[in-house]
Amino acid sequence: MTAAVLARTRYAPAALGGLSLVLFVILIELLIRVGAINRFIVPMPSDIIAAFPRVISEEHVLERFLLTAGEAFSASILVTIFGVAGGVLLHRYRLLRLATETWVAAVAAAPLVLMYPLYLVIFGRSALTIIMMGFSAGLAPIILKTLEGLSGTRRVLINVGRSFSLTRSQQFWKILFPAALPTIFVGLRLGLIFSLINIVGVEFLINFGGLGQLINELAERYDLPGTYAAICFVILVSICVFIILERLERWLTPAD
Amino acid sequence: MADTGRLTFPVARPLGLRLRPVTALRIMIIVAVLAGWEALAASGLLYRDVVPSLLAIAKALFQMLRDPAFYSHLATTAYEIGVAMLIGGLSGLAVGIVLGGSRFMARAYEAYLYYLGPCPKIIFFPIMIMWFGVGPGSKIAMGAISCFFPVALNAAGGMRQIDKVLIRVGKSFRANTWQMVTKIYLPAMRHPVINGVRLGLGVALIGTLLAETKLSNRGIGFLVIQAYSIFNMPQMYALLVILFVISIGANSLIGRIGGLDDIRRS
Repeated sequence: MTAAVLARTRYAPAALGGLSLVLFVILIELLIRVGAINRFIVPMPSDIIAAFPRVISEEHVLERFLLTAGEAFSASILVTIFGVAGGVLLHRYRLLRLATETWVAAVAAAPLVLMYPLYLVIFGRSALTIIMMGFSAGLAPIILKTLEGLSGTRRVLINVGRSFSLTRSQQFWKILFPAALPTIFVGLRLGLIFSLINIVGVEFLINFGGLGQLINELAERYDLPGTYAAICFVILVSICVFIILERLERWLTPAD
Repeated sequence: MADTGRLTFPVARPLGLRLRPVTALRIMIIVAVLAGWEALAASGLLYRDVVPSLLAIAKALFQMLRDPAFYSHLATTAYEIGVAMLIGGLSGLAVGIVLGGSRFMARAYEAYLYYLGPCPKIIFFPIMIMWFGVGPGSKIAMGAISCFFPVALNAAGGMRQIDKVLIRVGKSFRANTWQMVTKIYLPAMRHPVINGVRLGLGVALIGTLLAETKLSNRGIGFLVIQAYSIFNMPQMYALLVILFVISIGANSLIGRIGGLDDIRRS
């Protein structure tokens, strides 16, 4: 079969992607077995797979996962409330928006996670530090996207509201907010992803909490297969969360 | 941007010597925040030094900027980020061109990049320490991994936006692959690539500095975590101020050099 024929097959690219991954893993396994790669630096993929049940049962992965999920959930509630409220506030007061929108954009681009030692001092080495770090990371994108959504409401919709003599709050709840929802969802997805990344990262850095700490602990014990297995686990969990958020956004966004 | 027309403030209208309302509000916010900060520092409500007085922070900032040791740490971090950007940026660009140039390759591999991209990269640090040691190597690797994904994804997206006519012109001149890349692809996709580099720099900075705070004995990240461990809060605030100024400055500089501001305005 030539490449052109392969390209026409629907599932061929995905199959190639999956196959390359499997071949890569097999290649690494072989290179380690023949001694081309030091097995004390890179553990054999078969050992990593074998470490999964051990890590899951002995390291209380479920509890750790729930702990991280709890922190992420608290941070997402906070970030949603404050982010959307902030966006609405900036939209409502034009002068405030003109004065601070560039600042919010600068904060969105700033490496806020580097402030984690400061948060450690203020909130202590506790879940609160992690939640607040997640909150800070996700806030600015949600504010900006809420503002963008509200400002992008089509003129004709606003005029419809006006022709029905809606009050200001009716205008907001019946016209502006529903029209802005798709953009707000984009902001929420971004904000929640930023929060999650920072939560796992800070857990690893301060050696406290759930999944991030698991990686740090296993690495400090020099349990190589365990460390790699834990990293794979965290990546798989992150990818699942990204896919769920993406689906959720698509499901909640009304089709045009 | 649609104006809702509900609130109209007189904006950008200088009235003699009076300040524009936006500038006045900005100054008011800054003054209120600084005054609130100073009041909190003086009140003793928080533990001593958690919120140090602005004077103490300014003093620490001044002392640090005069200290030659600070510049040697800054040079270490700048070197690490520079090499990381070079490795991560170039490999990201190459992968992006390959993925963007072929629908088949994109459908085969781009999903992996797309989903790995937003994962928290710092968790790879223990592996990088084992591979590249505890020195600058592991920090460069962290920066390079962080920088690779945004550059690759933006380059792939940029490749797909290139006007087909330009590609056909290149092919009709029988340009070889290298000529196509340097004469057609790169100039035509410079804006998305520069945007990717800008995002890449942001995350490379975070990756490198976080790695430095975790395990190192040189660099700005090390200074931050050292200030934390000896509880020198004014110094920590001063370092964070410097870091934020550098990162936001570099971000807008790349945007300006790359002409991203012009696109937004048009």
